[in-house]
Amino acid sequence: MNTDQKALQELLFQLADDDFILAYRGSEWLGLAPHIEEDVAFSSMSQDTMGHAVMFYEMLEELGAGTADDLAQLRKPQDFRNAVLVERPNGTGHYMEQPNYDWAYAVARTYLYELFKWVRLEALMSSSYQPLVQISRKMMTELRYHLMHWQTWTKHLAGGGQESRDRLQAAIAQVCQDIEGLFSFGPHADAIVAAGLIADASTLKARWLEKASDALAKNGLALPDAFPAPSHDGRAGEHTEQLADVLNTLSEVYRLDPAAAW
Amino acid sequence: MIAQTHDEKLAAFLEKIDNGGKIEADDWMPDDYRTQLIKLISMHGMSEIMGALPEKEWVPKAPTLRRKLAIMAKVQDEMGHGQLLLRVAEDLMAPLGKTREDMLNDLFTGRLKFHNVFHMEAPTWADAGVIGWLVDGAAIITQTMSLDTSYAPYSRALHRICAEEKFHAQHGESIVLALAEGTEQQRRMLQDAVTRWWPALLMFFGPPEGGKISSNQQMNMRYKIRSQTNEELRQVFFDKYVPRIFHLGLTLPDPTIRYDEAAGQWIYQQPDWDEFKQIVSGHGPRSVQRLDLRKLSYQQAQWVRDALLNNTQQAI
Ligand SMILES: [Fe+2]
Ligand SMILES: [Fe+2]
Repeated sequence: MNTDQKALQELLFQLADDDFILAYRGSEWLGLAPHIEEDVAFSSMSQDTMGHAVMFYEMLEELGAGTADDLAQLRKPQDFRNAVLVERPNGTGHYMEQPNYDWAYAVARTYLYELFKWVRLEALMSSSYQPLVQISRKMMTELRYHLMHWQTWTKHLAGGGQESRDRLQAAIAQVCQDIEGLFSFGPHADAIVAAGLIADASTLKARWLEKASDALAKNGLALPDAFPAPSHDGRAGEHTEQLADVLNTLSEVYRLDPAAAW
Repeated sequence: MIAQTHDEKLAAFLEKIDNGGKIEADDWMPDDYRTQLIKLISMHGMSEIMGALPEKEWVPKAPTLRRKLAIMAKVQDEMGHGQLLLRVAEDLMAPLGKTREDMLNDLFTGRLKFHNVFHMEAPTWADAGVIGWLVDGAAIITQTMSLDTSYAPYSRALHRICAEEKFHAQHGESIVLALAEGTEQQRRMLQDAVTRWWPALLMFFGPPEGGKISSNQQMNMRYKIRSQTNEELRQVFFDKYVPRIFHLGLTLPDPTIRYDEAAGQWIYQQPDWDEFKQIVSGHGPRSVQRLDLRKLSYQQAQWVRDALLNNTQQAI
């Protein structure tokens, strides 16, 4: 594989894995959202996100990286390229037993991640790799609705009294502990940018900062002044133990017999 | 207009529904009609919501990307059905000063029951398939009977729900077919799930009447809320599914089941109806765990509900 091909695959894994793992976290919320209407809405958005992951895995499949299902379900944690933010648990407990899930964290994480995703897709619109240009436009139409949805939640929680405001602000701070991890293209960053696949990470970060600060400022909220260096660089395959749990769960059935038709 | 007496209103109401007329939320209706509808629709709505939980257990684990997307969409639909039905029930409850919160509390205290099938365990992926294929299949049969119900908002909701249920049954059938045509391990998983779900599927339609139709059922039939008995519906289910199950080379845990040509109906072994009563009163294998899950998520969202309430109050 030459440098350009390697760079393209690395970027596609970042795109696919970010969406795949976050959609998995979303699917754990199913049936547990604050109200029934939200359950329906959140689930529909998680399906969009999972659908995007599938499109990226299928692009990798076309490039000969393996079948989409094998890529999603049989790789080892250290082969995953998602940022650590998306693998963080929804709270304590298991989705079937005592799930102590934090809705403020769900709102803050999904909103701030999807603002990043918007900026990243916007940058992909001028990618040197045509399939990424086409796919980005399609994904942005769906993402626009997601952003409106999370903007509304941000407004309601920020304006919902002291407790809810404090919870949301604390969740934003917690999300920002991991936010730097999004703005890394990993060990192949130079090759990714040199191939013209996407604008460099610092440009994305500047655009995200502007968007996220505006969105929060409208509701009297703010980002922290500085973001710590990431505890693990997910783009380099460094992950928390939680990712191993996620992968074991999501591939439990498939691993019974990956050669079988399911 | 001259004020009508209660008897005159009732007579007009009955004449209307006898002629196929439909009742809307704001129309006059007898109190017991309203009570029956509230009971039926809130139970149906909560069953959709509680019914999301057994399948939800398999949503994060569905074996392929395609199945992951499909089962997420399916369970989302079930929540959507719950939402639609609770709204219909809410409108009926409004004149009595009751709300969705009351329905949830009734669910938690056990006053409001949900379908027996959703108290059961779903220990393997094959259970997710069997639920879609046979539980949704059974639900289509009971709901189809009610499509023409005299209460128009329920009828409208059911039309939408039934259209989606047909996709659910296809989704379940597709999972089941893949397993049936699959490896030894997959077939065994499927057979175990069918065996496990059979008694619960029989119970789903309720106890056979044996010629004695309960006053409750009589009222529902008089009011054109339902048109068939439990046993009639169960027989429709057998007609449709027993041959298909055998066709896939699967067996049923009832060696006596057969179609009796002379009697024109299926002869089968009754499930344990005492166990049925135990299950629906909250003593099924997963009743407590699933109710706890719903209760816990409800309690944890208290601050969110408070926040939303604060927003509306500020807006006023
Ligand atoms: Fe349903
Ligand atoms: Fe269904």
